[in-house]
Amino acid sequence: MTLLPIDSDTQLGRISDKPGPRDDPKFAAGRVAFFQYLTVAVFLFLITGFWDLQVSNPEIYNELAERNRIKALPIIAPRGKILDRDGRVIVDNHLTWSVILSRESMRPEHLGPIAEGLQLDRDDLVRLVNRYRGRPKYEPVIIKQELTPSDIAFVESHKDPEFFPELELIHAQRRLYPESGFSAHVIGYTGEISESELDVAEFASYEPGSVIGKFGIERQFNDSLMGVDGQRQVVVDNRGRERQVIGIKEAIPGKNLQLTIDLDLQVVAELALDGRKGAIVALNPRNGEVLAIASRPTFDPNKFSVRIKPEDWKQIVDNPDHPLLNRAIQAQFAPGSTFKPLMALAGLESGAIDDQYAVHCTGGATFYGHYHHCWVKHGHGTVALHSAIVHSCDVYFYNVGNRLGIDKIAYFAEQAGFGRKSGIDLPHEADGLVPSSEWKIRNFRQKWYPGETISVAIGQGALTVTPVQLARAVGGIAMGGIWYKPHLVKTTKPDPPHVLALNQENVDKVISGMCGVVNESGTGLRAKIPGYEICGKTGSAQLASNEFIKKGGKAPKDNAWFVGFWPPHNPEVVVAALYEGGEHGQLAAPLARDVIKSYLDKKVRLGKSAMLVSKAGGAGVRGRSAAPGGAGVDASGEAGGGSRRAAPVPASPQNPTSGKSSAAEPGNTDVAGSTRPRAATSGGSEQP
Amino acid sequence: MSGYLSVRDIDWGMVFISILICALGVVQIFSATHGTIWEDAWWKQIIWVAGGLLLMWITAQIDYHSLMTHVTLLYVLSVVLLTAVLLVGKQAFGSTRWIPLAPGFHLQVSEFVKLVIILLVARFMAELRSETLEARDVLKVGALIVVPMLLVIKEPDLGTALTYLPILAVGAFLAGLNWRYLIATAIIVVLVVPVGIHFLQPYQKARLVSFLDPDRDPRGTGYQVIQSKIAVGAGGMWGKGVTKGSQTQLRFLPVPHTDFIFSAFAEEHGFAGVVVVLALYFMLLMQIVKNAQTAPDSAGMYICMGVGALMLFHVLVNVGMVVGRMPVTGIPLPLMSAGGSSMLSIFLMLGLVNNVRLRRFVN
Repeated sequence: MTLLPIDSDTQLGRISDKPGPRDDPKFAAGRVAFFQYLTVAVFLFLITGFWDLQVSNPEIYNELAERNRIKALPIIAPRGKILDRDGRVIVDNHLTWSVILSRESMRPEHLGPIAEGLQLDRDDLVRLVNRYRGRPKYEPVIIKQELTPSDIAFVESHKDPEFFPELELIHAQRRLYPESGFSAHVIGYTGEISESELDVAEFASYEPGSVIGKFGIERQFNDSLMGVDGQRQVVVDNRGRERQVIGIKEAIPGKNLQLTIDLDLQVVAELALDGRKGAIVALNPRNGEVLAIASRPTFDPNKFSVRIKPEDWKQIVDNPDHPLLNRAIQAQFAPGSTFKPLMALAGLESGAIDDQYAVHCTGGATFYGHYHHCWVKHGHGTVALHSAIVHSCDVYFYNVGNRLGIDKIAYFAEQAGFGRKSGIDLPHEADGLVPSSEWKIRNFRQKWYPGETISVAIGQGALTVTPVQLARAVGGIAMGGIWYKPHLVKTTKPDPPHVLALNQENVDKVISGMCGVVNESGTGLRAKIPGYEICGKTGSAQLASNEFIKKGGKAPKDNAWFVGFWPPHNPEVVVAALYEGGEHGQLAAPLARDVIKSYLDKKVRLGKSAMLVSKAGGAGVRGRSAAPGGAGVDASGEAGGGSRRAAPVPASPQNPTSGKSSAAEPGNTDVAGSTRPRAATSGGSEQP
Repeated sequence: MSGYLSVRDIDWGMVFISILICALGVVQIFSATHGTIWEDAWWKQIIWVAGGLLLMWITAQIDYHSLMTHVTLLYVLSVVLLTAVLLVGKQAFGSTRWIPLAPGFHLQVSEFVKLVIILLVARFMAELRSETLEARDVLKVGALIVVPMLLVIKEPDLGTALTYLPILAVGAFLAGLNWRYLIATAIIVVLVVPVGIHFLQPYQKARLVSFLDPDRDPRGTGYQVIQSKIAVGAGGMWGKGVTKGSQTQLRFLPVPHTDFIFSAFAEEHGFAGVVVVLALYFMLLMQIVKNAQTAPDSAGMYICMGVGALMLFHVLVNVGMVVGRMPVTGIPLPLMSAGGSSMLSIFLMLGLVNNVRLRRFVN
């Protein structure tokens, strides 16, 4: 059989009359049929594929399609602002971007590159995401807040399906705290709720990822400051672009919180403490409102606002000065001579002494076999109540204490609020300690030795107080025995005060002594404000026991205290100042004086502007009068403003940081130290 | 000689089915592209269909035997053009497949080479006179096909290159390839594939991997498969309606008017629509096979079966890909996918089938 020339121009491969086997088109009929069966098989194969997807379980794919299409984006509720008593903003919010990660479309292997792109720690990110296990998948995880421009650029350029579609940018309101740690302790800070906190009952109602108050006011009033986050449901396309909003639940913003703090006073208090260690508390004894509360050293709460960097945290925690300690409510130190007015009052009230009772001070006295020094080596001569307070004669008060006995002292101290929390609306307040015979037995299984009373009588020994306790106690005494609970949040009706029926004559005698301290060349001369009768009391409290010093130990510098108030009767303001290592109360006096002066200056200013307004015949005195103080807002709200901006502060003419003058002080340190009885327990900072 | 060729003898059933499929395709293209930069794709498609019908008519008129006469010339032309594509072709989506002919039309040479391969195989097989097809015969024709295949693979366009193989396969099968060879081929394929994978492009490897396990990388290559399956599944029994499929409309589905048009169709028309369209394809194929059975000679049969095999392969791979039962190869669905070259090439093939049919009463 020859090959037919297919390209011949005649029949072109056509079938001849005698076709060969291959020329019969039917020869492959069987194989063509096979092809038909193959076709049927192919179509059955395909149809079953569609059956599986479309008929057997379309719900799964319907849901997947819905998830593709619908994105739930949280709307973060802004926290309430924190305002001062005049409505000036202390803590504000600012708009930032956060990046959220959708766990529905998340791939575990993406976490590494995402962490790298956003400069996060990969392990932290994995841990964060794992924390959401067991929560509904549609809840996204906020993985980074306060995005930098480069973070935003990274997310924008990588959130499409080819890279990391699990990423999404959302707006968020972040906390903006005053710079330089201004009022940091009282305001506190917020932060993301931690894993361990989620297990605590206090935080049980919060969800992972919530930003909650962790310290100070932010923590104490978290529930009212924190709003309720909303949610937006949007239809998105494959690029994550929003096509349509299908549902929106608006966020409920947190409530603004108005504090009793007066920024004018607060700024002065912060300035006064600048460069020092210590605390200032200013209260209105008439209702317990806290006008200023400051503690140094401080920290920058802005560093905490989301998640603090480990190195920043380490720096704060390792700082030997403990900047996180709110000394105003947590520092527990011996009050020293600031305790004497209470001793005087206790003596008078209990009848142990009267104002005629006098003691001859020769620079010391012996009690129960131990010699106790007075802080003035050569003695005060004969002193009675008034001059004993004015000149802070230790020997006089040793005798008063000896006459009273420890339990009477403890009774009056506790009545004045020492030895337990003042109840101020801040977390982590310390109790302080008022020793008593019962306390001794309970804690040491020992009876109280009368000799121990002697050091307590001058505010040493086991006695410790916090600045807020001291301010409250002295303010309450000056009020004639009415102690209000200190509070930071404005309320129309304060809690009923603790009242102790006191003889007003006795109170007046003590007040008169305290006025002498400031105005009659007493120890508190530096608190004097011309034209105003400021009353107060200094204190220098030793920190180490005499034994320790005798053994050659290097004693830390004494703490300086001052507590002062104005006016002498029914005072409007009481200020307690603690200057750690300030050596003598005389050096704490200017700190308190600055704050009181700023209060007086403001009062004058308001009076004047009120007069101006009334002359103009206008109403709304209060609204106008707040204006002059408005500068304080800037100080708190702006970068770098904070405590450095002296100009708007009314009390600034006299600079409180006068390092020169301390050198000219009489060297009282060791004298005061010698007043310590050897048998006494060790210094205030080392209480059991 | 062609005086007895009558319009009535055109396979109107086949043409009608084709036009029906095209019409559904046009509607789907409209639905998938409205509001996008491809908005005009649906009426362009209508033009291609019209052009295709015209080409089909013309192709049917020229006797396929004379076409086979010039197969050498056509083959050389194909190789030259494919080489030209590689040298001066238009690049898009990372590969060079097109020769710009006119504004708005770029010729995808590899689509038309299919026709040449069909004619080449038909002629080669028809010229065989031995009782059985020997392995060296297959190798001979295989060598001829490998040249254009390699050129297309180089573009790179593995999917289209692979479509040449079923033509050869069905030709060799019908020509009486020994079963033993079939089995041997199957074994060789099984052995060669793992080695061949080694030479695949990274994206081709990724496609293969994601075909085997789409969940492994749902945002990479597996993304297309997953989104396609979601679209199909979400369509359910009755579909979401034209322009209502969220996967298609929100563009989660990749290229919903070309390679994944059937996925978009399945989402918007459901299982019911799928069955109708697959039935149409099945009828079309059966019609083509019928024309093969009534062919006046073996050459005609080879031509029809070549077209049928090619069409079946396209449907299997494209629709199989849509439901995740075939790897993503990027070959279009005949008559439905938007695109001029594919459409014209399909109608040219249907023209060849009609050509054979018109001559069935020659004797």
